[in-house]
Parts: sequence; C-alpha cells; structure tokens
Amino acid sequence: MDRQRPQAPRIFLLLTIAVIFILYLPIAVMFLNSLLDHGVWTFRWYQAVFVDTYLHESLINTLIVAASSSAISLLLGVGASIAIGKGLFSLRKSLEAFTFLALGLPELVMALSLLTLFYLLRISSSLLTVTLAHITFTVSFVILTVHSRTITLEKYIDEAAMDLGASEWQILRTIILPLLKPACISALLLGLLLSFDDFLITFYTIGVGTDTLPIKLYSEMRFGLTPKLSALSTLMFICTVLLSITMLRTGVIKNIVKK
Amino acid sequence: MKKLSVFGWPTYIWFCAFLIVPLILVFITSFLTRGTYGGIEWHFNSSHYTNIFRYEYIKIFLTTLKLAFTTSFLCLLIAYPIAWVLTTLPKQKRNMILMFLSVPFLTNLIIRVYAIKVFVGYDGPLQAILKALHISYDQFSLTQNQVLVQYGMVASYLPFMLFPIYVALEKFDYTLVEAAKDLGASNFRVLWDVLLPNTKMAIFNGFTLVLVPSLGEFVIPDLLGGAKNMLIGNLITEQFLKSRDWPAGSALSIVLILMLFAIPQIIKKFFLRQRRA
Repeated sequence: MDRQRPQAPRIFLLLTIAVIFILYLPIAVMFLNSLLDHGVWTFRWYQAVFVDTYLHESLINTLIVAASSSAISLLLGVGASIAIGKGLFSLRKSLEAFTFLALGLPELVMALSLLTLFYLLRISSSLLTVTLAHITFTVSFVILTVHSRTITLEKYIDEAAMDLGASEWQILRTIILPLLKPACISALLLGLLLSFDDFLITFYTIGVGTDTLPIKLYSEMRFGLTPKLSALSTLMFICTVLLSITMLRTGVIKNIVKK
Repeated sequence: MKKLSVFGWPTYIWFCAFLIVPLILVFITSFLTRGTYGGIEWHFNSSHYTNIFRYEYIKIFLTTLKLAFTTSFLCLLIAYPIAWVLTTLPKQKRNMILMFLSVPFLTNLIIRVYAIKVFVGYDGPLQAILKALHISYDQFSLTQNQVLVQYGMVASYLPFMLFPIYVALEKFDYTLVEAAKDLGASNFRVLWDVLLPNTKMAIFNGFTLVLVPSLGEFVIPDLLGGAKNMLIGNLITEQFLKSRDWPAGSALSIVLILMLFAIPQIIKKFFLRQRRA
C-alpha cells in the first residue's frame, strides 16, 4: 500500500520549516562565534580544544557511559517488552507499573534517589554509578518504544507458527525479533540520545574529579562564554551531524519511517 | 508463551534495586535529621514537611506548574502539525526533514543552552540588532529571563511530544482523511474530527512525557532563568548539593512525586472521558 496520502495543509509545512530555522539559528551563531577572534577569522580556538587533554578524558568517559548504558538497557528493555507482550510473565503488572514509575519520575528525583542509595551503600561515585543510573532511566524508554510495537503484532502469526510446530524459541528468533527490529533500532537510538543528552543524573552521580563532556561544558560556561567553548560545542555538534548522516546512509531512519 | 516470560526477570530485579529501593530510601530520609556536616542522622523528624507550606515555596511550586503546562501546550501546538506534515510527505522529503529535525535534539542539552546563551550574549546578534535599532535594553534581564526558559523548555521537550504523535499518525489509515475530504471537509475539520479523536492516546502520552520532565527541570532555569526564575528542581538541587540538607530535599521530592502522580490522572479523567462522551 504505497499510495500517496493526502497532503497536510501548506501552512503546516511552513511551520515545520520555521521551527527548523529557529532551532538552528543559535547553533549557527555559536559556529560563527567559534571562528572569530576579535573580528578576524581564525582556527585557533579549535586548536586550543584539540590540545586540551582534560577534554580527551571527558570525551572518553562520555562515550563509555553512553555505549554501555544504551546497549544494556536495550537488552533489558527488549526482554521486558517480550515478557510483557508475549510471555505470561507472572509479575507483568508490577513490571508495567515500574516502567511507568521510571517514566513518571523526573530525572531529578531519580538522580537524588540514586545518590541516596549510593551514599547509604557507601559506593563512591564514579563512571560505574553514572552508567548504572543511565541504564535505570533509559530502560523504561526502551520498553515504551518496543512494547508499543509488541502489542501491535498480530497473535495469529504466532498461533500459525505454533500450529506448524515451531517452538517458542523459534517463534522468538524468526518472527518476533525480526518484526521488532525497527522498534529496537529506534529504541537504541533513543537510549543513546538520552544518555548523551543527560546532564542532571550524571551531575548528581558522578562525584568529584571525573567529568563527562556535558558536565565539563556546564562547569566552564558558568565562568563565562568563550570562543573556545563555542569551538568545543561546535565540534560536539558536528559529531552529532556525522552520526545522523551515517544512520541515514545505513537506512536506519528509513526503516523507522517505513515502519 | 510461557518460556518467553523469563526475559522479564532481569529488568524486574533491576527496577527493584535501582528504582524502588532508592525511592523508599528517599521517603525514609525525608523523616530523618540533617547531620552536622550534611549527610543523614537517624533521628525521626517530620518538620521538613510542615516547612514546605511557606509563601516562598508555594510560589515556586506555582511558577513551576504554570511553566510546565505552558510548555506542554506549546509542544502539542507545534508537534502535531509537524507530525501531520511528516507522515503525509513523500519519502525523500520526509527523510530530509526528519534529519533536520532530529539533529538538534540529538545534540546535548547543554550545547543547545550554550548556543542560546551565545545568541543573546554580549557579542551576540540579538544585542547587536538592538543596538543598531537604538532600542535600550538591560544586559542582565536580556540574558536571563522567563521567555528564554520557555523557549529552552519547548525546544528541549518537543521530540517527546513529536515521537508518540508521529508514530500514531504513521499507523493512521489516511483513506479516512481522503473520505472526509471527498465529503467536503475542510483541513480544520479533518484535523478536529478525524485526526485528533483517533490520536487521543498519543496526545495524552506526549503531554505526560513533556509535563513530567518539565516539572523537575533544573538545568534550563538554572542557566537561562537566573535566581529570579527558580523552579522546584533548582530548590531541590540547592538542598541536596549546596546546603547539603538531604532530609529537607527528600521531603520536597516526595511532594513533587505526589504531584506527578496526581496531575496526569486528573488530566486523563478530564480529557479522555469528555471526548468519548
């Protein structure tokens, strides 16, 4: 059914373009700011960013946390969605309730409750505590994304497979997982996005002496805006753009769009 | 399919350890006493709850509520038309716009806030334009005010509204729109009578997804709002990380949690019931 859908009103297309323009305007200004030194074009701020070894460390920390937390939360979340949607999980109701609780809590409350837990257990703050915290809040988003897909899967496909003698594992491997793949990909992206985007939970659970890039940027921008910070932000932004284009090339987003 | 239910256990245990237990600890902490050097002393104390009913605190709670609701409404107002446009565009254009829209949101919040600060900052274009037009302005209120906080919140939470609505409209059977148009419905009627009633659940989900983090927001008002525009999130963070009064901070958090449970329930009753009737 690849039939053309009736177009949305033209004015809404204009609105979409206007929103994009407004979203990019500050970023464009930041980019210009990073290239100027008292009105003269220069790359010196970028050089300053590249030689800063503290920033290298923060970058590595950010990557470790984002990659490990989104991968683990994907596994946990997909498992939970299958157990909720397909299996007869005995504690299904409370698992669903936990998911909504995790979604319903603002980051702030989750952050301070985890801080309290780690404090009372005498676990000192480190990248480990940050990763544990990130998994806890991304997993609920993974479940939300994947579960909304599991409930749309038609039951009769499973029943047909079962009638033809497929075991539950075969059904999982050949029917459920392939059908869930697009949802899994968008869930993983969402997980990465949330972990990268996270400042607050990291801020509460990271402790003194360790930094992720957002924490670094936050603490430095309190002392004022400098072209060097603009250069750093621009570089982080460019990484995001490259990542997005790669995703488009590999067809990830296309798959989601096609559903 | 019974065997598949084993996949639920790891997540179940995870949530117990890192979600439920911590919350119980916060609840217990809210009835304890602050230690001399921060931290917690194990003496029962319920004064943190009575302390909340102060004029300054109530005012902060009301400001936060107002801001969170405006943010959700603005997000809905902007996200719905965009989702509609996206789901009806041909694939190529849709991919392009999706990419343009997703990049700013994939970008870290701190970067976006930083960019806004550069935009309105001392060397920024806004001040340059105002100077060129000879409009007088105040340095401090220009770089830290409520409009900026509102813009920052909407720009940050838009995708939480956009995602559920987009998914719902993507699954939507557009032949219904064609039918309505053939019968002479205007675009407005298509929106009001065909699209909106069929995506109620998505709207409610989006609304909740925006409202909840807005109520606990800390970073945006902290960096764009200044001390005058304090929200609950700033108050709680101040208690936890600056004055190190964990029990008082915990009590405020418990009140915030109760609000967060009550508000979506009220909206659900109000909004979903009324339209069904």
